[in-house]
Amino acid sequence: MDFFLNRFPAYLDGALITLTVTVLGSALAFVLAMVVGIVGTLRNPAARAVATVYTEAFRGVAALVLLFWFAYAVPQITPYELSPMFAGVLALGLNVGAYGAEVVRAAINAVPRAQTEATIALNMSWGRRMWLVLLPQAWAQMLPTFGNLIIELMKASAIVSLINVADLTDVAGNMRQTTGETVLAYGSAMVMYFAIAQLLIVGMRTLERRANRRLGRAPARGGLRDLLRPPTPGTKVGTAK
Amino acid sequence: MQQSESQSTGAVGARSEQEPSNGEIVRFDQVVKRYGSNVVLNELDFSVAPGERVTLIGPSGSGKTTILRLLMTLESIDGGVIWVNGEPLSHMRRGGKLVKANETHLRRARKSIGMVFQQFNLFPNMSVRKNVTEGPVHSLGVAKDEANQRAEDLLDLVGLSDKIDAHPTQLSGGQQQRVAIARALAMRPQILLLDEVTSALDPELVAGVLDVLRNIAQTTDITMLCVTHEMSFARDVSHRVLMFDEGQVAEEGPPERIFGDPQEERTKSFLKAVLENG
Repeated sequence: MDFFLNRFPAYLDGALITLTVTVLGSALAFVLAMVVGIVGTLRNPAARAVATVYTEAFRGVAALVLLFWFAYAVPQITPYELSPMFAGVLALGLNVGAYGAEVVRAAINAVPRAQTEATIALNMSWGRRMWLVLLPQAWAQMLPTFGNLIIELMKASAIVSLINVADLTDVAGNMRQTTGETVLAYGSAMVMYFAIAQLLIVGMRTLERRANRRLGRAPARGGLRDLLRPPTPGTKVGTAK
Repeated sequence: MQQSESQSTGAVGARSEQEPSNGEIVRFDQVVKRYGSNVVLNELDFSVAPGERVTLIGPSGSGKTTILRLLMTLESIDGGVIWVNGEPLSHMRRGGKLVKANETHLRRARKSIGMVFQQFNLFPNMSVRKNVTEGPVHSLGVAKDEANQRAEDLLDLVGLSDKIDAHPTQLSGGQQQRVAIARALAMRPQILLLDEVTSALDPELVAGVLDVLRNIAQTTDITMLCVTHEMSFARDVSHRVLMFDEGQVAEEGPPERIFGDPQEERTKSFLKAVLENG
């Protein structure tokens, strides 16, 4: 315990870097997922093809290779050198965004056809239909999977330690080298990762709960403890009627 | 995503290019609709006068609902032309010819049409008020205040003033359907399509919805096309009843004659079956 408490400030610095990479990477992934996912629901075959190419390309490449490519290959073929942090955000965002795009596409397509018909009967444009009716209903269905993806992204962010970003994993490695306390050095990092994950889970469940309330589904009662617990099997996630 | 909006271009025959005469708000001209090899509407011709209330009856699969869906542009047409207010709905003019309508044309052409669905199809992500105001605000450009006023008036008309800030999931089926009627009327349509609007309701909720529709029929001059199995309602509100069978009009006439003295064997057996079950 003393080991951890004494070195807590260093771990906290590392955790903040991990959190920063996670938040920025998630933001990029979210934007990509939304744009590409929506494009994937269009009827235009060319638009759909673009979405498919992005999804398959970045889903099929290891995030670590992508990271090395941005960090080491890009400076060789362009005049730009990306900061390690930026390269990490880019690699993780592109990779997770590809998974997210499939989630968005599937969630929009899962909104009942009858909802689209109602928007046609009200003569809404495609944009209004998407923004006012389809996305708000699909949103509730995206969130549980988004929750998984954001945690995957957070854990995958450990790869940035390989290009000398001082994240949580990097801090743990340094601690091990300087103290020789392998068990405690990595054990402390595990605790911090777990804490960050819980923070993200609570955040995502709060969003999920709010989205379900907006769709008129009774939210689970209770406070923080309920948010840490997964939804009961009976909780309806999915199509609105 | 919508088939109805992805209609390919293609000229249609010369016969269909004749414009309908005055005194018709809707005209089906040799309309064909197929689902695969199944012909649902077979060169259907019929027309509706402004302010007329028409009930479509007939056995399941006879094409009644398809007619409403084609008018609402939810489906694309496989042959013939549909005219609304003397303008082609399913097609548009290009270089003296009629070609299949594109989305821009459809958005202009369907402005005069509103529809109430069997399953209500309210938006679960909006309050009752928003359900009724979003169409006028975003599709017609009505100011928010005015749309709100319309919503309040219409919800009063359907007897749901107290539910204006409720959520659709908090309402009974009958209440949801009355909100759906208010939502359709908020667009001030000339033509209102009612697609089996009481079929999904518990029996005790049917009367409330039908009363609202009777009231609208009596107090407005909206043209109504109504698919229903409620024969007494059809008798009360409609000027004309069309009996459909196999994608064609089998028989038509004023409700008193169709229900009181049907001529066609198909009409007789259909009415017998409906009345026995009702």
